[in-house]
Amino acid sequence: MEFIMAILAGILFTTGIYNLLQKQMLRIIIGTGLISHGAHLFILTMGELKTGERGAPPILTEGVESYTDPLPQALILTSIVISFGVTSLLLVLAYRASKINGTDNMEQLRGNDYE
Amino acid sequence: MSNLAVLPIILPLLAGILVAFIHKKKTMVRITSQIIAVVNLIVIGWIFIQVRQNGSLVLETGDWAAPYGIIIVGDLLAMTLVLTTNIVAVASVFFAPKSLSEQQETYYFYSFFFMLIAGVSGAFLTGDMFNLFVFFEVLLMASYGLIVLGNGKAQLRESLKYVLINLFSSMLFVTTIAFLYSIVGTVNMAQIAERVKEVEQQGILTTIGILFFFVFATKAAVFPLYYWLPRPYISPNPVVSALFGALLTKVGIYSILRTFTLIFNQEVEMTHTLFIYLAAFTMLFGVIGALSTNNVKLVIAYNIIPAVGFMLMGIGIFTEVSISGTIYYLVHDMIIKGVLFLLIGAIVYAAGTSDLRKMGGLIHHYPVLGWLFFLATLVLAGIPPFSGFIGKLQLLRGGLAEEEIMIVIVALISSLLILFSMIRIFIRGFWGEERELEHPERKSKAARMVWPAAGLLALSILLGVGAEWFYPSIESIAEYLMDPEIYIDSVLKE
Repeated sequence: MEFIMAILAGILFTTGIYNLLQKQMLRIIIGTGLISHGAHLFILTMGELKTGERGAPPILTEGVESYTDPLPQALILTSIVISFGVTSLLLVLAYRASKINGTDNMEQLRGNDYE
Repeated sequence: MSNLAVLPIILPLLAGILVAFIHKKKTMVRITSQIIAVVNLIVIGWIFIQVRQNGSLVLETGDWAAPYGIIIVGDLLAMTLVLTTNIVAVASVFFAPKSLSEQQETYYFYSFFFMLIAGVSGAFLTGDMFNLFVFFEVLLMASYGLIVLGNGKAQLRESLKYVLINLFSSMLFVTTIAFLYSIVGTVNMAQIAERVKEVEQQGILTTIGILFFFVFATKAAVFPLYYWLPRPYISPNPVVSALFGALLTKVGIYSILRTFTLIFNQEVEMTHTLFIYLAAFTMLFGVIGALSTNNVKLVIAYNIIPAVGFMLMGIGIFTEVSISGTIYYLVHDMIIKGVLFLLIGAIVYAAGTSDLRKMGGLIHHYPVLGWLFFLATLVLAGIPPFSGFIGKLQLLRGGLAEEEIMIVIVALISSLLILFSMIRIFIRGFWGEERELEHPERKSKAARMVWPAAGLLALSILLGVGAEWFYPSIESIAEYLMDPEIYIDSVLKE
């Protein structure tokens, strides 16, 4: 199970990076979204999934010996909230930037007018 | 255990919320922020003295015992940096009203400003890898708010790139934490440090260490990951540039310093040798960038990069002397970059252009500004007896003791080139024929802009001239960093 999840996270990273390297602004934002999904799945996998010995809910009572590690899930939750916030900010920023600059093509947003 | 350790995070956070409620009233929000910033500095100064006398403050939040709860560790290194951060913050908050437009000031500048301070302080104080990520996000979120403030064409374009690169490196940070967690099963820094020694496959730890370095190097602008830095840093208002230049890259360097002295100190041969090479390239490429442009703001922004190289050099050499040099340079650089960005803000405002070719003769109209800038140049380049010199001296001593001749030569050459790139601004901007001012009406305001920078500069000079008073503390921090056991004991065995 961990194996499949690792591959899935890998696919998300690849497609994310492919999109990140595009010129269109919206695609780049979708790319960052995909990468953050990959990262979150990856944390989940690292905490070991519901297979083998540790396949039980994380309840702390006497006599319970097998349980899934709850910490990665807390980490993902924090990370999801953060990436949600950043993505929404990025969308608004991209909208403003493309409207004011009159283009959403990153090639035309290089900004060589400083030298 | 002491609740004091959380005050540097809580106070600015509450201040940020408070000033958000009164953001429309310009005078009120301004004066409230200035008072809070000064009070905050006094409180932190007091905590700093406490830490210096009684040793580290460790706070286990919510009374959860050390490896399980969220830990805040106020050791001398963290508190020194927090104190410096707040000194820069006070100078910036007094500079802000003179440089910001009314619209920028009333649209939450002060809220974002306090959130940024809270995030930076939190990143210095946390004793937990995941919370380091969270505080990075807090300070980045605040910096996103600050960088778009003003809404200009170029500003939006550059901030988009800034947000993207930081978002990407944050995601890498989370992934790397997941790797580390799967190996050592904890995110508490002290416990990680304890467990890394027992891990059988040291190779995988080195890989994780390099991944962490990649993340922090992106934030700190180390070669070859510095390309994103200069332009976004000059596009916002000068006061925002000053905050960014003084604080943000230093958080990255601090993280490298902390993780590579505490956690990844197993394969010094490989990782730290890599740092020395990267430090050399960082210095050279940064200073070449500074020489390549006639935009005075860009020259200052490029000068952030060689400073990062100097600090990384100390970590790479990895002896007590060189680490003390890094810490001294870190404190010095936070202050002097604040000074330079504030001064260059005043210069650009006074001259009405940031193009060096169109400037000249400013010294006739602004003598104080000119000579302050000249002094700041000397401090930055490390001319004795100023503070840059003390830091560099320690770094070079450390380098010579370890026979790393190559990096010492590169460091000396790039110091000279830094001086050249800065003195160029002074000669071509201030000297020359007296010209008619394009904006004579700006004279009184530009003259008032100088004072916050002058205060910071005085402090920086004190740091160099009075090195004898400051150096023993810095030396004890270096000693403390080279022995991870002290940190582990202070967190885990209370």
